[in-house]
Amino acid sequence: MCVDRRKFLQLAGLTALGVAAQPIRLLGQEDSLPADTSLIGREEHPLTAKRWAMAIDLRKCLKDEGCNDCVVACNKTHNIPQFGNRKDEVKWIWKEHFESAFVDQENDFVEETVKHSNLPLFCNHCDNPPCVRVCPTQATWKREEDGIVMMDWHRCIGCRYCMAACPYGSRSFNWRNPRPFIEKINPDFPTRMRGVVEKCTFCQKRLSEGLLPACVVACKEKAMIFGDLEDPESDVRKLLQERFSIRRKPVLGTQPEIYYLV
Amino acid sequence: MYDAGKVIIGLIVFLVLITFPTWYNVATGKATYVPELEKAVRGDHCVADTTYMKAKHMDLLNQWRDMVVRQDKRIYVAADGTKYNMSLSGTCLDCHADKTKFCDRCHAYMDVNPYCWECHIDPKEYK
Repeated sequence: MCVDRRKFLQLAGLTALGVAAQPIRLLGQEDSLPADTSLIGREEHPLTAKRWAMAIDLRKCLKDEGCNDCVVACNKTHNIPQFGNRKDEVKWIWKEHFESAFVDQENDFVEETVKHSNLPLFCNHCDNPPCVRVCPTQATWKREEDGIVMMDWHRCIGCRYCMAACPYGSRSFNWRNPRPFIEKINPDFPTRMRGVVEKCTFCQKRLSEGLLPACVVACKEKAMIFGDLEDPESDVRKLLQERFSIRRKPVLGTQPEIYYLV
Repeated sequence: MYDAGKVIIGLIVFLVLITFPTWYNVATGKATYVPELEKAVRGDHCVADTTYMKAKHMDLLNQWRDMVVRQDKRIYVAADGTKYNMSLSGTCLDCHADKTKFCDRCHAYMDVNPYCWECHIDPKEYK
Protein backbone atom coordinates (compact mmCIF):
# COMPACT_ATOMS: atom_id res chain seq x y z
CA MET A 1 0.00 0.00 0.00
CA CYS A 2 1.26 3.38 -0.89
CA VAL A 3 0.22 6.40 1.19
CA ASP A 4 1.01 9.77 -0.26
CA ARG A 5 1.62 12.84 1.83
CA ARG A 6 -1.91 14.20 1.30
CA LYS A 7 -3.58 10.98 2.44
CA PHE A 8 -1.27 10.73 5.48
CA LEU A 9 -2.07 14.27 6.63
CA GLN A 10 -5.82 13.64 6.27
CA LEU A 11 -5.62 10.48 8.37
CA ALA A 12 -3.44 12.12 10.99
CA GLY A 13 -5.85 15.04 11.25
CA LEU A 14 -8.85 12.77 11.73
CA THR A 15 -7.07 10.75 14.38
CA ALA A 16 -6.13 13.89 16.30
CA LEU A 17 -9.76 15.05 16.19
CA GLY A 18 -10.98 11.73 17.53
CA VAL A 19 -8.52 11.78 20.43
CA ALA A 20 -9.43 15.37 21.24
CA ALA A 21 -13.16 14.54 21.33
CA GLN A 22 -12.74 11.77 23.91
CA PRO A 23 -12.55 13.97 27.03
CA ILE A 24 -15.62 15.90 25.88
CA ARG A 25 -17.57 12.66 25.65
CA LEU A 26 -16.46 11.70 29.17
CA LEU A 27 -17.31 15.15 30.53
CA GLY A 28 -20.89 14.87 29.43
CA GLN A 29 -21.65 11.77 31.42
CA GLU A 30 -19.78 12.70 34.57
CA ASP A 31 -22.42 13.65 37.09
CA SER A 32 -25.63 12.31 35.67
CA LEU A 33 -27.49 10.42 38.34
CA PRO A 34 -29.49 7.42 37.18
CA ALA A 35 -32.60 8.88 38.75
CA ASP A 36 -34.50 12.15 38.68
CA THR A 37 -32.74 14.47 41.16
CA SER A 38 -35.76 16.75 41.40
CA LEU A 39 -37.55 13.98 43.27
CA ILE A 40 -34.95 13.97 46.02
CA GLY A 41 -36.63 15.37 49.06
CA ARG A 42 -36.82 15.92 52.77
CA GLU A 43 -37.75 13.51 55.49
CA GLU A 44 -41.47 13.14 55.99
CA HIS A 45 -41.96 15.17 59.16
CA PRO A 46 -39.10 17.62 59.62
CA LEU A 47 -39.29 20.43 62.16
CA THR A 48 -39.08 23.64 60.17
CA ALA A 49 -38.90 27.32 61.00
CA LYS A 50 -38.03 30.60 59.38
CA ARG A 51 -35.59 31.53 62.14
CA TRP A 52 -34.57 29.03 64.76
CA ALA A 53 -33.65 30.54 68.11
CA MET A 54 -33.23 29.44 71.69
CA ALA A 55 -34.03 31.06 74.99
CA ILE A 56 -32.44 29.85 78.20
CA ASP A 57 -34.41 30.49 81.32
CA LEU A 58 -31.67 31.18 83.85
CA ARG A 59 -34.06 30.94 86.82
CA LYS A 60 -34.67 27.33 85.92
CA CYS A 61 -31.20 26.60 84.59
CA LEU A 62 -29.42 27.81 87.71
CA LYS A 63 -31.56 25.77 90.11
CA ASP A 64 -28.96 23.05 90.03
CA GLU A 65 -25.52 24.54 89.49
CA GLY A 66 -23.85 21.19 89.10
CA CYS A 67 -26.20 20.00 86.37
CA ASN A 68 -24.43 19.16 83.14
CA ASP A 69 -27.20 17.24 81.40
CA CYS A 70 -27.32 19.35 78.23
CA VAL A 71 -23.56 19.13 77.73
CA VAL A 72 -23.52 15.37 78.29
CA ALA A 73 -26.46 14.80 75.94
CA CYS A 74 -24.80 16.88 73.23
CA ASN A 75 -21.48 15.09 73.62
CA LYS A 76 -23.16 11.71 73.29
CA THR A 77 -25.29 12.67 70.31
CA HIS A 78 -22.51 14.24 68.31
CA ASN A 79 -19.56 12.02 69.19
CA ILE A 80 -17.62 14.82 70.82
CA PRO A 81 -14.20 13.72 72.08
CA GLN A 82 -13.01 14.29 75.65
CA PHE A 83 -9.29 14.92 75.63
CA GLY A 84 -9.10 15.82 79.28
CA ASN A 85 -7.16 19.03 78.71
CA ARG A 86 -8.28 22.51 77.72
CA LYS A 87 -5.66 22.90 75.03
CA ASP A 88 -7.21 20.25 72.77
CA GLU A 89 -10.77 20.71 74.03
CA VAL A 90 -13.63 20.30 71.54
CA LYS A 91 -16.90 21.78 72.70
CA TRP A 92 -20.37 22.35 71.31
CA ILE A 93 -22.07 23.29 74.56
CA TRP A 94 -19.94 24.34 77.48
CA LYS A 95 -20.33 26.12 80.77
CA GLU A 96 -18.69 29.42 81.53
CA HIS A 97 -18.70 31.79 84.45
CA PHE A 98 -21.21 34.65 84.06
CA GLU A 99 -18.52 37.34 84.04
CA SER A 100 -16.56 35.59 81.27
CA ALA A 101 -19.65 34.94 79.21
CA PHE A 102 -21.06 38.45 79.49
CA VAL A 103 -17.92 40.57 79.47
CA ASP A 104 -19.84 43.68 78.48
CA GLN A 105 -22.11 43.59 81.54
CA GLU A 106 -20.59 46.55 83.34
CA ASN A 107 -22.75 46.60 86.43
CA ASP A 108 -20.71 46.08 89.56
CA PHE A 109 -23.72 44.80 91.40
CA VAL A 110 -25.56 41.97 89.69
CA GLU A 111 -28.07 39.61 91.22
CA GLU A 112 -25.99 37.27 93.35
CA THR A 113 -27.26 33.97 91.92
CA VAL A 114 -26.49 35.11 88.41
CA LYS A 115 -23.20 36.79 89.23
CA HIS A 116 -21.60 33.65 90.60
CA SER A 117 -23.19 31.23 88.16
CA ASN A 118 -21.93 29.06 85.36
CA LEU A 119 -24.09 29.31 82.27
CA PRO A 120 -24.36 27.00 79.30
CA LEU A 121 -22.95 28.56 76.14
CA PHE A 122 -23.51 27.54 72.52
CA CYS A 123 -22.88 28.66 69.01
CA ASN A 124 -25.12 31.73 68.79
CA HIS A 125 -26.26 31.03 65.22
CA CYS A 126 -25.88 34.73 64.53
CA ASP A 127 -28.04 36.51 62.03
CA ASN A 128 -24.89 38.18 60.79
CA PRO A 129 -22.27 35.50 61.36
CA PRO A 130 -18.66 36.71 61.11
CA CYS A 131 -17.40 33.12 60.78
CA VAL A 132 -19.33 32.73 57.53
CA ARG A 133 -17.86 35.91 56.10
CA VAL A 134 -14.31 34.72 56.49
CA CYS A 135 -14.64 31.07 55.48
CA PRO A 136 -12.69 30.71 52.22
CA THR A 137 -14.39 27.47 51.15
CA GLN A 138 -17.96 28.08 52.29
CA ALA A 139 -17.58 25.13 54.60
CA THR A 140 -19.61 27.13 57.05
CA TRP A 141 -22.64 29.00 55.87
CA LYS A 142 -25.95 30.36 57.08
CA ARG A 143 -28.96 28.39 55.88
CA GLU A 144 -31.28 30.91 54.28
CA GLU A 145 -34.39 28.90 55.06
CA ASP A 146 -34.04 28.69 58.84
CA GLY A 147 -30.97 30.71 59.88
CA ILE A 148 -28.89 27.81 61.18
CA VAL A 149 -25.16 28.42 60.82
CA MET A 150 -24.13 25.10 59.36
CA MET A 151 -20.82 23.27 59.01
CA ASP A 152 -19.80 21.07 56.11
CA TRP A 153 -16.89 19.03 57.41
CA HIS A 154 -16.22 17.67 53.94
CA ARG A 155 -15.24 21.14 52.81
CA CYS A 156 -13.43 22.47 55.86
CA ILE A 157 -9.73 22.87 55.15
CA GLY A 158 -8.84 23.67 58.74
CA CYS A 159 -7.60 27.23 58.19
CA ARG A 160 -9.29 28.36 61.45
CA TYR A 161 -10.24 31.80 60.11
CA CYS A 162 -13.71 31.16 61.51
CA MET A 163 -12.28 30.56 64.97
CA ALA A 164 -10.49 33.87 64.80
CA ALA A 165 -13.64 35.59 63.58
CA CYS A 166 -16.09 34.12 66.10
CA PRO A 167 -16.34 36.52 69.07
CA TYR A 168 -17.89 33.84 71.28
CA GLY A 169 -15.29 31.07 71.17
CA SER A 170 -17.94 28.72 69.87
CA ARG A 171 -15.67 26.89 67.49
CA SER A 172 -13.17 24.16 68.23
CA PHE A 173 -10.39 22.74 66.16
CA ASN A 174 -9.49 19.07 66.00
CA TRP A 175 -5.80 19.19 66.72
CA ARG A 176 -5.72 15.42 67.09
CA ASN A 177 -7.66 12.50 65.69
CA PRO A 178 -10.77 12.67 67.86
CA ARG A 179 -12.01 9.12 67.44
CA PRO A 180 -9.96 7.37 70.15
CA PHE A 181 -11.16 9.99 72.65
CA ILE A 182 -14.88 9.44 72.21
CA GLU A 183 -16.29 7.60 75.19
CA LYS A 184 -19.06 5.75 73.39
CA ILE A 185 -19.56 6.21 69.68
CA ASN A 186 -23.06 7.00 68.49
CA PRO A 187 -23.22 5.19 65.13
CA ASP A 188 -25.96 7.53 63.85
CA PHE A 189 -23.63 10.52 63.67
CA PRO A 190 -20.21 10.79 62.04
CA THR A 191 -17.11 11.71 63.98
CA ARG A 192 -14.71 14.34 62.69
CA MET A 193 -11.17 13.95 61.46
CA ARG A 194 -8.00 15.71 62.47
CA GLY A 195 -7.78 19.19 60.98
CA VAL A 196 -11.39 20.35 60.84
CA VAL A 197 -13.31 22.88 62.89
CA GLU A 198 -16.58 21.98 64.55
CA LYS A 199 -19.36 23.60 66.54
CA CYS A 200 -23.02 23.34 67.52
CA THR A 201 -25.37 22.97 64.55
CA PHE A 202 -28.65 23.35 66.46
CA CYS A 203 -29.02 19.60 65.93
CA GLN A 204 -29.98 20.09 62.30
CA LYS A 205 -29.99 16.34 61.70
CA ARG A 206 -32.44 15.77 64.53
CA LEU A 207 -34.60 18.66 63.30
CA SER A 208 -34.91 17.17 59.85
CA GLU A 209 -35.93 13.89 61.47
CA GLY A 210 -38.62 15.74 63.42
CA LEU A 211 -36.84 15.78 66.78
CA LEU A 212 -35.99 18.70 69.05
CA PRO A 213 -32.29 19.36 69.79
CA ALA A 214 -30.73 16.84 72.15
CA CYS A 215 -29.91 19.46 74.83
CA VAL A 216 -33.47 20.77 74.87
CA VAL A 217 -34.81 17.26 75.38
CA ALA A 218 -32.20 16.41 78.01
CA CYS A 219 -32.88 19.44 80.23
CA LYS A 220 -34.93 18.20 83.15
CA GLU A 221 -35.90 21.73 84.20
CA LYS A 222 -37.14 22.52 80.69
CA ALA A 223 -34.98 25.62 80.87
CA MET A 224 -34.18 25.67 77.16
CA ILE A 225 -36.93 26.87 74.90
CA PHE A 226 -36.33 26.27 71.23
CA GLY A 227 -38.52 27.64 68.49
CA ASP A 228 -39.22 29.89 65.56
CA LEU A 229 -38.59 33.58 66.18
CA GLU A 230 -40.56 34.57 63.11
CA ASP A 231 -43.68 32.85 64.39
CA PRO A 232 -45.52 35.23 66.77
CA GLU A 233 -47.27 32.28 68.39
CA SER A 234 -44.09 30.34 69.22
CA ASP A 235 -43.04 29.79 72.85
CA VAL A 236 -39.69 31.53 72.34
CA ARG A 237 -41.28 34.61 70.92
CA LYS A 238 -43.86 34.81 73.70
CA LEU A 239 -41.23 34.31 76.39
CA LEU A 240 -39.03 37.02 74.92
CA GLN A 241 -42.00 39.38 75.07
CA GLU A 242 -42.75 38.52 78.68
CA ARG A 243 -39.30 38.37 80.20
CA PHE A 244 -36.19 40.52 79.99
CA SER A 245 -33.39 38.83 78.10
CA ILE A 246 -29.72 39.44 77.43
CA ARG A 247 -27.49 38.24 74.63
CA ARG A 248 -23.74 37.85 74.48
CA LYS A 249 -21.81 40.85 73.12
CA PRO A 250 -24.73 42.48 71.29
CA VAL A 251 -22.67 45.60 70.49
CA LEU A 252 -20.72 43.65 67.88
CA GLY A 253 -23.79 43.56 65.67
CA THR A 254 -23.68 39.84 65.02
CA GLN A 255 -27.29 39.46 66.23
CA PRO A 256 -26.89 36.27 68.25
CA GLU A 257 -29.96 34.03 68.41
CA ILE A 258 -29.39 32.59 71.86
CA TYR A 259 -31.26 34.59 74.49
CA TYR A 260 -30.67 34.37 78.22
CA LEU A 261 -33.77 35.17 80.27
CA VAL A 262 -32.74 36.80 83.54
CA MET B 1 23.40 -1.97 9.12
CA TYR B 2 26.71 -2.28 10.91
CA ASP B 3 26.89 -4.79 13.77
CA ALA B 4 23.37 -5.97 12.98
CA GLY B 5 23.74 -9.04 15.21
CA LYS B 6 24.71 -7.05 18.31
CA VAL B 7 22.06 -4.40 17.73
CA ILE B 8 19.28 -6.93 17.30
CA ILE B 9 20.32 -8.91 20.37
CA GLY B 10 20.48 -5.66 22.35
CA LEU B 11 17.01 -4.71 21.17
CA ILE B 12 15.63 -8.10 22.16
CA VAL B 13 17.17 -7.86 25.64
CA PHE B 14 15.77 -4.36 26.01
CA LEU B 15 12.25 -5.46 24.99
CA VAL B 16 12.32 -8.44 27.33
CA LEU B 17 13.37 -6.28 30.26
CA ILE B 18 10.88 -3.48 29.65
CA THR B 19 7.95 -5.86 29.27
CA PHE B 20 9.04 -7.96 32.23
CA PRO B 21 6.31 -6.73 34.63
CA THR B 22 3.57 -7.55 32.13
CA TRP B 23 4.54 -11.10 31.29
CA TYR B 24 5.63 -11.83 34.83
CA ASN B 25 2.10 -10.96 36.00
CA VAL B 26 0.59 -13.03 33.21
CA ALA B 27 2.79 -16.00 34.06
CA THR B 28 2.00 -15.88 37.77
CA GLY B 29 -1.72 -15.41 37.13
CA LYS B 30 -1.84 -11.98 38.74
CA ALA B 31 -2.96 -10.33 35.51
CA THR B 32 -6.34 -12.03 35.59
CA TYR B 33 -6.90 -11.42 39.32
CA VAL B 34 -10.16 -9.65 40.05
CA PRO B 35 -11.13 -8.89 43.63
CA GLU B 36 -14.04 -10.95 44.79
CA LEU B 37 -16.69 -8.78 46.38
CA GLU B 38 -19.13 -10.07 48.93
CA LYS B 39 -22.73 -10.21 47.75
CA ALA B 40 -25.18 -7.92 49.50
CA VAL B 41 -26.54 -9.67 52.56
CA ARG B 42 -29.95 -8.08 52.18
CA GLY B 43 -32.14 -6.79 49.37
CA ASP B 44 -32.12 -7.92 45.75
CA HIS B 45 -31.22 -4.66 44.03
CA CYS B 46 -29.11 -1.60 44.68
CA VAL B 47 -30.15 2.08 44.52
CA ALA B 48 -28.95 2.05 40.91
CA ASP B 49 -28.00 -0.72 38.51
CA THR B 50 -24.73 -2.55 39.00
CA THR B 51 -22.89 -1.17 35.95
CA TYR B 52 -23.59 2.37 37.07
CA MET B 53 -22.65 1.68 40.67
CA LYS B 54 -19.40 0.00 39.65
CA ALA B 55 -18.25 2.96 37.62
CA LYS B 56 -19.96 5.92 39.27
CA HIS B 57 -20.76 5.18 42.90
CA MET B 58 -18.41 7.98 43.92
CA ASP B 59 -20.41 10.48 41.92
CA LEU B 60 -23.60 9.22 43.47
CA LEU B 61 -22.11 9.49 46.94
CA ASN B 62 -20.90 13.02 46.22
CA GLN B 63 -24.39 13.96 45.09
CA TRP B 64 -25.87 12.41 48.20
CA ARG B 65 -23.40 14.28 50.37
CA ASP B 66 -24.23 17.63 48.77
CA MET B 67 -27.97 17.01 48.95
CA VAL B 68 -27.89 16.03 52.62
CA VAL B 69 -25.36 18.50 53.98
CA ARG B 70 -25.94 21.54 51.82
CA GLN B 71 -29.65 21.21 51.04
CA ASP B 72 -30.94 19.20 53.98
CA LYS B 73 -32.61 16.73 51.63
CA ARG B 74 -32.25 13.19 52.87
CA ILE B 75 -34.62 11.04 50.85
CA TYR B 76 -33.42 9.61 47.54
CA VAL B 77 -35.96 8.37 45.03
CA ALA B 78 -34.44 5.68 42.81
CA ALA B 79 -35.33 5.17 39.16
CA ASP B 80 -37.84 2.48 40.16
CA GLY B 81 -39.52 4.80 42.67
CA THR B 82 -38.11 3.21 45.83
CA LYS B 83 -37.20 5.71 48.54
CA TYR B 84 -33.88 5.50 50.34
CA ASN B 85 -32.34 7.43 53.18
CA MET B 86 -29.18 8.97 51.73
CA SER B 87 -26.72 7.58 54.22
CA LEU B 88 -23.42 5.84 53.68
CA SER B 89 -23.18 4.07 57.01
CA GLY B 90 -26.95 3.61 57.17
CA THR B 91 -28.28 2.66 53.75
CA CYS B 92 -25.17 1.36 51.92
CA LEU B 93 -23.80 -0.69 54.79
CA ASP B 94 -27.26 -2.02 55.55
CA CYS B 95 -26.94 -4.40 52.61
CA HIS B 96 -23.19 -4.41 52.00
CA ALA B 97 -22.73 -5.31 55.61
CA ASP B 98 -19.00 -5.94 55.69
CA LYS B 99 -17.14 -3.00 54.26
CA THR B 100 -13.81 -4.84 54.46
CA LYS B 101 -15.12 -7.43 52.01
CA PHE B 102 -16.82 -4.91 49.75
CA CYS B 103 -15.50 -1.35 49.70
CA ASP B 104 -12.00 -2.06 50.93
CA ARG B 105 -11.26 -5.04 48.68
CA CYS B 106 -11.89 -3.14 45.49
CA HIS B 107 -10.29 0.07 46.73
CA ALA B 108 -7.18 -1.86 47.70
CA TYR B 109 -7.06 -3.49 44.27
CA MET B 110 -7.47 -0.15 42.52
CA ASP B 111 -5.06 1.52 44.95
CA VAL B 112 -7.46 4.34 45.79
CA ASN B 113 -7.72 5.70 49.30
CA PRO B 114 -10.98 7.53 49.89
CA TYR B 115 -11.17 8.90 53.42
CA CYS B 116 -14.88 8.31 54.02
CA TRP B 117 -14.29 6.17 57.07
CA GLU B 118 -12.14 8.62 58.94
CA CYS B 119 -15.39 10.29 59.95
CA HIS B 120 -18.22 8.04 58.84
CA ILE B 121 -18.78 5.08 61.04
CA ASP B 122 -18.99 1.42 60.25
CA PRO B 123 -21.75 0.59 62.73
CA LYS B 124 -20.45 -2.95 63.12
CA GLU B 125 -17.19 -1.71 64.61
CA TYR B 126 -19.01 0.14 67.37
CA LYS B 127 -21.81 -2.12 68.52
